[in-house]
Amino acid sequence: MGEMEELRKEMENLKDQITAARKTFQDTTLQEAASGVTVVGRVQLKTRKTLRGHLAKIYAMHWGTDSTLCVSASQDGKLIVWDSITTNKVNAIPLKSSWVMTCAYAPSGNLVACGGLDNMCSIYNLKGKDGNVKVMRELAAHTGYLSCCRFLSDTEIITSSGDCTCVLWDIETGTEKMVFAGHQGDCMSLGVSPDFKFFISGACDFTAKLWDIREAQCRQTFSGHESDINAIGFFPNGNAVITGSDDATCKLYDLRADQELITYQDSSIMCGVTSLAASKSGRLLLAGHDDFNVNIWDMLKSERVGVLAGHDNRVSCIGVSSDGMACCTGSWDSFLKIWN
Amino acid sequence: MSGSSHLVAMKKVVEQLRFEASINRVKVSQAAADLQQFCMQNALQDPLLTGVSSSTNPFRPQKVCSFL
Repeated sequence: MGEMEELRKEMENLKDQITAARKTFQDTTLQEAASGVTVVGRVQLKTRKTLRGHLAKIYAMHWGTDSTLCVSASQDGKLIVWDSITTNKVNAIPLKSSWVMTCAYAPSGNLVACGGLDNMCSIYNLKGKDGNVKVMRELAAHTGYLSCCRFLSDTEIITSSGDCTCVLWDIETGTEKMVFAGHQGDCMSLGVSPDFKFFISGACDFTAKLWDIREAQCRQTFSGHESDINAIGFFPNGNAVITGSDDATCKLYDLRADQELITYQDSSIMCGVTSLAASKSGRLLLAGHDDFNVNIWDMLKSERVGVLAGHDNRVSCIGVSSDGMACCTGSWDSFLKIWN
Repeated sequence: MSGSSHLVAMKKVVEQLRFEASINRVKVSQAAADLQQFCMQNALQDPLLTGVSSSTNPFRPQKVCSFL
């Protein structure tokens, strides 16, 4: 098996090459570069609204682009669309499978999607003619659970799965347009770039990957975490990626420097990160943990500047609205809270 | 997996690594400066950072005061 041995050697050489190349561009650290910046003052957000109605653990939430409506998914078998200002339930959608793990709101506001242990991504039309919300499509092809989904438009959605792949779907035909394979472990989370040209995935192989949507090509792979990456998101300018892991840390990777810039960690934080979101300017990183809290970090200074304590169980999901006005947390305690 | 499919898989891994090794990179100093600049430029438009007064907070209805 001479060829196999040669390929293995080449693989090791290339990995060393990448490590060396990254090092040559590491002329400083974010910490040094931001040394002249003053740490953000203590951030104290208050619960402004509590959204009550789910009867079991909430696994996911996603804001609509109008910064008012949001959708949540619970293992009580319901998707609820909320008006976060009035706390009214705009829609309560019963699901075929209650084992839901993710949900998403289309940018247009017309559709929502969800999926989980049924291995499918179900698309619901909120604006149907007769006013009833029905399943519009069931996207089935994954051979593992659906961990995350995000709409590109009313006709395309990207999903990540426990089968280690991500898929770009054509919603109208219900077929796979592209399959993004490469992760060596369950894909747990995905995030779409602000310009909709790329997406990032975090997986149980401890790496994050940047994918070119149209070329179906993995452009970059980021390592460093010591356990599963559960949450991932873009820094608001689209040039950096934030990850949250079971190793209790979050990391910031810059796409153009192709490397990790900083790790957000504290010896007092021992619980895995379940979810994360960046504030509108990118200055604040909000990370939800297994220990029922959300830690707020000054992203440039890597200092903890606040804590959101208010849930009675694990914070499973978090999102900042598009206008940056509020942060929404969802928990296993069955409640969603709106903070600012 | 048979021997030849191991080989095919390995070739793909090597091809991917070749691609990832060849990308253009930017210095960390440049990347860090750009992130900082973005944060600074958008700081005032970040309500979670600046705080929101109750008069402009959609989630906090203003309480009506009346003289008794």
